[in-house]
Amino acid sequence: MFNNFFHRMASPKHFYGLAGILIPWLAVPCLLLTVAGLYYGLVKAPPDYQQGDSYRIMFIHVPAAWMSLFIYIVMAGAGAIGLIWRIKLAEVVAISSAPIGASFTFLALVTGSIWGKPMWGTWWVWDARLTSELILLFLYLGVIALNNAIDDKRTAARAVAILALVGVINIPIIHYSVEWWNTLHQGPTVTKFDKPSIHLSMLIPLLLMAVAFKLYYAFVVLMRARCEVLERERNSGWVKELAEKT
Amino acid sequence: MNSDSLTRAFLILIRRDLMLAVRHRAEMANPILFFVLVTSLFPLGIGANPALLQAVAPGVIWVAALLAALLSIENVFRSDFEDGSLEQYLLSSHPVSVLVLAKITAHWLITGLPLLLISPLLGILLGLPVDAIKVLFITLLLGTPVLSLIGAVGVALTVGLRKGGMILSLLVLPLYIPVLIFASSAVDTAAAGLPVTAHLSLIAALLLLALSLSPFATAAALRVSLS
Amino acid sequence: MNLEEFFNMGGYAFYVWSSYGIALLVLLVNIIAPLRQRNKLLNKIADTARRQARRNA
Repeated sequence: MFNNFFHRMASPKHFYGLAGILIPWLAVPCLLLTVAGLYYGLVKAPPDYQQGDSYRIMFIHVPAAWMSLFIYIVMAGAGAIGLIWRIKLAEVVAISSAPIGASFTFLALVTGSIWGKPMWGTWWVWDARLTSELILLFLYLGVIALNNAIDDKRTAARAVAILALVGVINIPIIHYSVEWWNTLHQGPTVTKFDKPSIHLSMLIPLLLMAVAFKLYYAFVVLMRARCEVLERERNSGWVKELAEKT
Repeated sequence: MNSDSLTRAFLILIRRDLMLAVRHRAEMANPILFFVLVTSLFPLGIGANPALLQAVAPGVIWVAALLAALLSIENVFRSDFEDGSLEQYLLSSHPVSVLVLAKITAHWLITGLPLLLISPLLGILLGLPVDAIKVLFITLLLGTPVLSLIGAVGVALTVGLRKGGMILSLLVLPLYIPVLIFASSAVDTAAAGLPVTAHLSLIAALLLLALSLSPFATAAALRVSLS
Repeated sequence: MNLEEFFNMGGYAFYVWSSYGIALLVLLVNIIAPLRQRNKLLNKIADTARRQARRNA
């Protein structure tokens, strides 16, 4: 039975329909969790002893950073599956994930920078994590650029998969090297978020937002994947029928 | 297809590329000139304060080396791509990764080695102490092959593209960053008189990693680009 | 915390609200963009089909 399921999933047409059904089922819980997370984070959680209310940026910054890494790994994994087993859907998921991952990376960088101003007195600081995030953004932009540069979609997907895999091997290396570099050139301040324990009233909204972001990624990647499928299959009958109906 | 013929193919490829390079000897000077020029721009840009120059020297020289490596790696597959030999490599009975390794080795000998040899001069230009210059040399010896190996993957991915050059930089420079960090930090540490075995071991580790993985990734990328 | 404290965020209003505002913007863009892309694609495909039909008729 599962074999049949996977076989049908590999068909773009079935994927398009299934994705369309799944999207609202993911989007609504996402919205609910976001509202809950925002309530607990912005209203219920008390101000921080050292940072006052500015620490609340964490509820966006940290989940965004987690997503930026998570999505890259998914992208590389899907790319590998597409490369090895030549499954079109894996290629579609990989390439649809790239702009979303880049957006989260950008968000992590911007919120990190804004948080840094009251914390460290400057808009940008070459902190280990921000620097690693910046490099991650470059890796994403490279994937997007390479995909746009190659005309044939299937060739582009394979090239992007190789690039993403090379990138994913490099991510721990880059992260380690930047952290090491940062301890050498450490400024006078120590990053506050290295505290090992976090108060429950702050942990709950953090986790709520983290799950909300994951659901967000799920339904948004399905939305982008549907567009990608439409483009790839634009000459097939079912797509033409679909276009006629709208 | 035995290992003997594979070794021969490997050596033949290297010899051929070296002979071609020697015939266009003037072109071999380009990466060196670029390296020296870019390094010289920094004193002109930030002032000739010796203490400042010595402080930035490791980073500046290594960034210039990165850029020189990036500019020159573009050509590693170009002439073969244009005359169709690249497809022949893919069709041959030898494993493509070995042939690719031969191309990269030859390329490093032609472009990386000259950078290595001119580096002590640049160290002197920027006022590095002798111990630091020795370490600079070793970091370049270990590091420039890594640059060639990583760069080759990027070139293989973009070899058929029209504006491949711009995109190549975007793809490859982020991957160069760990080498830059470990190498410039090694030279910095040496300038302060401290031991650098840890730093050099890390660069050596990167070299081994690149040597074992890059030929396969490059071969796979070539297959994709030429499909 | 009352409404005034909520907006003021202990003096950090600019930082907190600009972060959340940018987050909202980024997340909205990532929803709206694929929606518009889908409509654009479907219209384009329908147009092409119509032109083809006219040519074949």
